[in-house]
Amino acid sequence: MEKLSLFLGCIVPNRYPGIEKATKLCLQKLDIDASDLPGASCCPAPGVFKSFDKATWLALASRNIILSEKLGRDILTVCNGCYGSLADANLELKKDPELRACTNRCLKEIGMEFRGTAKVRHIIEFLYKELGPQKLGEYITTPLDLKVALHYGCHLIKPSRDRKLGETDAPVFFDELVEATGAKSIDYTDKMMCCGAGGGVRSAHAAESLEMLEHKLACIRQAGVDCIVNACPFCHLQFDRGQLAVNEKFGTDYSIPVLHYSQLLGLALGFSPYELGIEQNAVQNIEFLAKIYEINAGLR
Amino acid sequence: MSEELAKVLKAAGLDVLSCMQCGTCTGSCPSGRHTGLNTRRILRDARKNRTAILSEDALWLCTTCYTCQERCPRDIPITDALLELRRLAVKEGFMLPEHRQISEMVMECGHAVPLDEETKRKREELGLDPIPETVQKYPEALKEVRDLLKSCKFDELTAKK
Repeated sequence: MEKLSLFLGCIVPNRYPGIEKATKLCLQKLDIDASDLPGASCCPAPGVFKSFDKATWLALASRNIILSEKLGRDILTVCNGCYGSLADANLELKKDPELRACTNRCLKEIGMEFRGTAKVRHIIEFLYKELGPQKLGEYITTPLDLKVALHYGCHLIKPSRDRKLGETDAPVFFDELVEATGAKSIDYTDKMMCCGAGGGVRSAHAAESLEMLEHKLACIRQAGVDCIVNACPFCHLQFDRGQLAVNEKFGTDYSIPVLHYSQLLGLALGFSPYELGIEQNAVQNIEFLAKIYEINAGLR
Repeated sequence: MSEELAKVLKAAGLDVLSCMQCGTCTGSCPSGRHTGLNTRRILRDARKNRTAILSEDALWLCTTCYTCQERCPRDIPITDALLELRRLAVKEGFMLPEHRQISEMVMECGHAVPLDEETKRKREELGLDPIPETVQKYPEALKEVRDLLKSCKFDELTAKK
């Protein structure tokens, strides 16, 4: 298996460190060689940088990729935004010599050069392709009796032209990884719809962003699940902190726990909600935590 | 200006004759259900070289979810084209204050979302180093990021106009 470096991005280390901890614990347990990536910056955020200036977006993204190239490792992301930004930049720079020369001229200022020797991986597609649901299932020590509303997020699978992870209206690969933990992935209305945070919308148009989120939450609640599972800390932040903002704005009483897949997998590998930082979420749902501790203690 | 808009659209693979205004994009748009974003209209205005769209807020209501692009029966890379229009809008001086702030944050500390005291505490609770292994921990890495942004003239692009 390829050697990896763990790219943290911004929201994981700086808002949801539980996802960082859970990822590290899972990778260790699965014997996946993933080092730190010291000195990495913002990916940079595609909603802003890619929307502003292509040269800057490519320069900053390529610097992060080069840090991993220098370690002789592929980049592993746990965020759809970082994945979208880094994978798109890597692809464009590899296929377009003119763009690459232009980016390398900027990079020369800091003594760097993009070589195109590293791949950009997302933990979900990595686990699916390199391990697969069946092999992953063999590691599970604490099968999870949970009903899950899975949110793929947009940039994990789209644009499909570049991601090459199959069709995008009803994909199943991520559901299979969820079900490998013993949990059940429950179908719900508008499952593949965006959480409403991306493209700089959450930051600049908060009210509209929350309207989209409220629609998602209503659909999820109707499905009657124990929790939401995602593969992107920005979606995670939108679902978790956004849920409180939705309650305030619309007078609703949503209290749906939100887990990054690394946290769900961590639970199934026997780690506690405390170790995985699940209790640090904005949404505090005592019933859910009680259920998890019961599963953890082998009482369910 | 109109010449530039046409050039941008061509570079984005947006053939002015290939859009048949079927509205699949607008019908698929999660933002359009709740906001004033009408993707079909943006495409129409773009192909008619109506440069007024560059100063419209609607361009910034797209979450870049790519659903329109996936479903377009003419295979027009709609989201990519919209990003091209955004970049052109920025070049023309249009930038929302919140986005300018995020850019300034990256220039200042290398992250769009910087570390705060509450998260440092949470990191310690989890047994993680309070300062993560990112640009925040290494001053020479932060200098690299700043120099790189400067060499791209990003500071000039985001400077208040």
